[in-house]
Amino acid sequence: MTTVDQTTAVPDEVRRTFGARVHAWVVSVDHKRLGMMYVGFGLCFFIVGGIEAALMRAQLAQAAGKIVDPATFNQLFTMHGTTMVFLVGMPILLGMGNYLIPLMVGARDMAFPRLNAFGLWLFVFGAGLLYYSYIGAQGLYGTSAAPDVGWFAYAPLTSKTFSPGNSTDYWILGIMVSGFGSITTAINLVATILVMRCPGMTLMRMPLLCWMMLIVGMLVILAIPVLTGAQAMLLLDRFLGAHFFDTQNGGSALLWQHLFWFFGHPEVYILVLPAFGFLNEVIPVFSRKVIFGYSLMVAATVAIAFISVSVWAHHMFSVGMSPEINSFFAATTFLIAIPTGIKIFTWMGTMIGGKIRFETPMLCATAFIGLFTFGGLTGIMLAVVPFDWQLGDSYFVVGHFHYVLFGGTVFGIFSGIFYWFPKATGRLLSETLGKWFFWFLLVGFNLTFFPMHISGILGMPRRIYMYQPDRGLEIWNLLSSIGVIFQGVAVALFVWNVIRSLRNGKPAGNNPWNAWTLEWATSSPPPDWNFDQVPTVGSARPLWDQQNPQDPDSRHEEHL
Amino acid sequence: MSTRTLFCFSILVIACILECAQCTFDVGSDTVVCAPETAAINAGDLNIFHPASPPAREIRELAWLVLGICAVIFVIVEGVLVWAIIRYRKRMADAGEPVQVFGSNPIELAWTVIPTIIVFVLALATLRTIREVQLTEPPEGSLHVDVIGHQWWWEFRLPTLNGEGTIITANELIVPVGRPIWLSLHSADVIHSWWVPRMNGKTDVIPNHINHTWFQADMPGIFLGQCAEYCGTQHANMLIRVHAVPTAEFEAWCVAQSLPPSLLTESETTAHSGRDLFLELACMNCHAIDGVSNGAFGPNLTHLMSRTTIGAGAAILNPQTLRAWVDDPQNLKVGCNMPSLKLDPNQLDSIVAYLLTLK
Repeated sequence: MTTVDQTTAVPDEVRRTFGARVHAWVVSVDHKRLGMMYVGFGLCFFIVGGIEAALMRAQLAQAAGKIVDPATFNQLFTMHGTTMVFLVGMPILLGMGNYLIPLMVGARDMAFPRLNAFGLWLFVFGAGLLYYSYIGAQGLYGTSAAPDVGWFAYAPLTSKTFSPGNSTDYWILGIMVSGFGSITTAINLVATILVMRCPGMTLMRMPLLCWMMLIVGMLVILAIPVLTGAQAMLLLDRFLGAHFFDTQNGGSALLWQHLFWFFGHPEVYILVLPAFGFLNEVIPVFSRKVIFGYSLMVAATVAIAFISVSVWAHHMFSVGMSPEINSFFAATTFLIAIPTGIKIFTWMGTMIGGKIRFETPMLCATAFIGLFTFGGLTGIMLAVVPFDWQLGDSYFVVGHFHYVLFGGTVFGIFSGIFYWFPKATGRLLSETLGKWFFWFLLVGFNLTFFPMHISGILGMPRRIYMYQPDRGLEIWNLLSSIGVIFQGVAVALFVWNVIRSLRNGKPAGNNPWNAWTLEWATSSPPPDWNFDQVPTVGSARPLWDQQNPQDPDSRHEEHL
Repeated sequence: MSTRTLFCFSILVIACILECAQCTFDVGSDTVVCAPETAAINAGDLNIFHPASPPAREIRELAWLVLGICAVIFVIVEGVLVWAIIRYRKRMADAGEPVQVFGSNPIELAWTVIPTIIVFVLALATLRTIREVQLTEPPEGSLHVDVIGHQWWWEFRLPTLNGEGTIITANELIVPVGRPIWLSLHSADVIHSWWVPRMNGKTDVIPNHINHTWFQADMPGIFLGQCAEYCGTQHANMLIRVHAVPTAEFEAWCVAQSLPPSLLTESETTAHSGRDLFLELACMNCHAIDGVSNGAFGPNLTHLMSRTTIGAGAAILNPQTLRAWVDDPQNLKVGCNMPSLKLDPNQLDSIVAYLLTLK
């Protein structure tokens, strides 16, 4: 049972029936296939979540819009948030980790290949269960009711009294099942990184992406079970008459918020640390320079992990906590800005003095730095408790976290996809289409999300299906909606680019970017066994050492 | 020389950004006075940079400090980024790898310590303002109002002038200018959030958990707000109006609100039959009218016509909108908890005629 799956070992040139090819993917336990399926499913849901967002922006393009009714709008923002966090961010980032980590540490597969496949299919079934609600669930208004309680599902709106249909149960179970998938993947990543590194690869010689994934794995193991537990309590409330969150029988609405955000804030770092990891690979390679300050980058990541579990209540500054507790969470939130700043400075320090090639992966990475800096600074504003009392739950927050999670994570993901696509498929993506994609996405992104800060300052709360016509909000909302068109064009260009390259893209060769980490030492796409010989490394950049035997990195290791 | 130019340029850009921001957000001066009866709603009436109450002003002062610091950081970081992009682009015919720099302890120390100092300053400023804005005791001489959030409307309970009775009203809070208002926030169902941006930041309204907030209107006027925590289908139409009026006017209003509705005269036959219908049909189960009914599920209607809006701000209140509302509330506010009672036109006329007498 432990031998390599035979069907995947058949060379690609051999013609097989469609059924046999699907079967090969479904039964595969190969980390590369599983990783690609994660990313593929994630990108499909990215388009679904994007359509949900586009419908909301169409509704809000003008005051008192009438494109969708309030119930539908509430389902749209619930599903958009849930989809983007759980069905796009998590699978794409963990999936890319799944694909890359064994290659980067010089291993033949993940530590637990079958657990890996189990995790993927749990995610797929969880996602399917959530989206089945559009067909099968019964809400307040009859059937085909998606969940409408918001992605944060605040109690007691989720209780049987206020959400009598079963759409909330689809939300709970769908996320719970896919959450188990994330936990298994995280365990796998941590185990692989800790025990399967090739000879010579000490922890401080790992590519930085491996460090980020190690920390992310630990955060997932720490954070997701808290959400799963809270969801189990909610199920008990809804079906067995428990009263954890049932305020009409003495339950606590705040308990849910504490549990949810104890998961929710580490989750933000779970979503952004892998993207940091992609930048840590892309920026040095395209600047042609080693990362500036490897150990400080590692230290900053570990610091972020520790601090990130002590900031959750900054999502709750308006719930009436005492001034002392508000001050504590403001202080921890300020504190986390320091390691985050270090990362930004480190990337810029790497670029300065380099010879930067601006191909699409680097364009996305550079945009990441600029946009994430802006999102980080608005984050500082939100950590200022009294300012948060005004800005919290307004469109300013929507603008803020899209700069972090879209300007950050999504640009990071696209940077990573353009960077590793040649490795995974053996074909290069088109640079011309890639540049068009990048500029459309950058313009559309800023056009959509920058004006949201202003609507928030002008007093527009989040999650409203319509706004009054006389409050000066029209122009900013119209701009936001126009930006969606640009983003739509960008995504279409990306899809076209992928399809075109898969059909007849230029062959990539082993190392198209002249990069330095182990995944570029094997063929593109890599064979099932990854490496003919298990490699041995002497530094964090084994391929640099190979290309520059006169000046290997091991000589400089004392500086690390 | 070039660093100095860059520095001067950054300062100039920051000054421009702040100036533009100030112009955009600081609409009008703080001395504009508008009479509640005639006031139109203007763009910017919910602008958090246009405070009209001490806590909102404290927050604005802090906000400008934070915006200023963040703007400086933004311009420096993005400036260096743009400079690096331009300066270190790979040129044509530029073969060979650049010098490999593995790090520098002094530089790494600098970009750890400087941000630490900045966030320390921000933290101190934050702690000070928290103390000033978040009061744990009611301020001296304050008027105490109980606010009760319901799925999708607000209920207010404030003491009568002699302090013996309670005035119960909905969605529009009348307060005297210049007196601190201490709010106790309760929820009848799910979580809501009280947010009138020109008065103070938001405070959540949580079932089983009483919160407090306060404000003090500097001048007469209408201050708009709305529920800021997602609370179900009609979260978007859970609007707030705070009418700040001079003390004398407030006292007159209190006296009027303390009285039961005026008795119907013999000639008001339509209104009479309207009142009978109100009692026969389901209306009285949800709505209280002093001396007539005591339903508690919907807004108290004793002085309905003293308000300016209906449906928690869904429409301006006048005989036409009132008729439309009673006919089918689901037209004006889809999904709200008041059903259409499918009244025929005569019944509708009677009920509206009766409601119009509730001044």
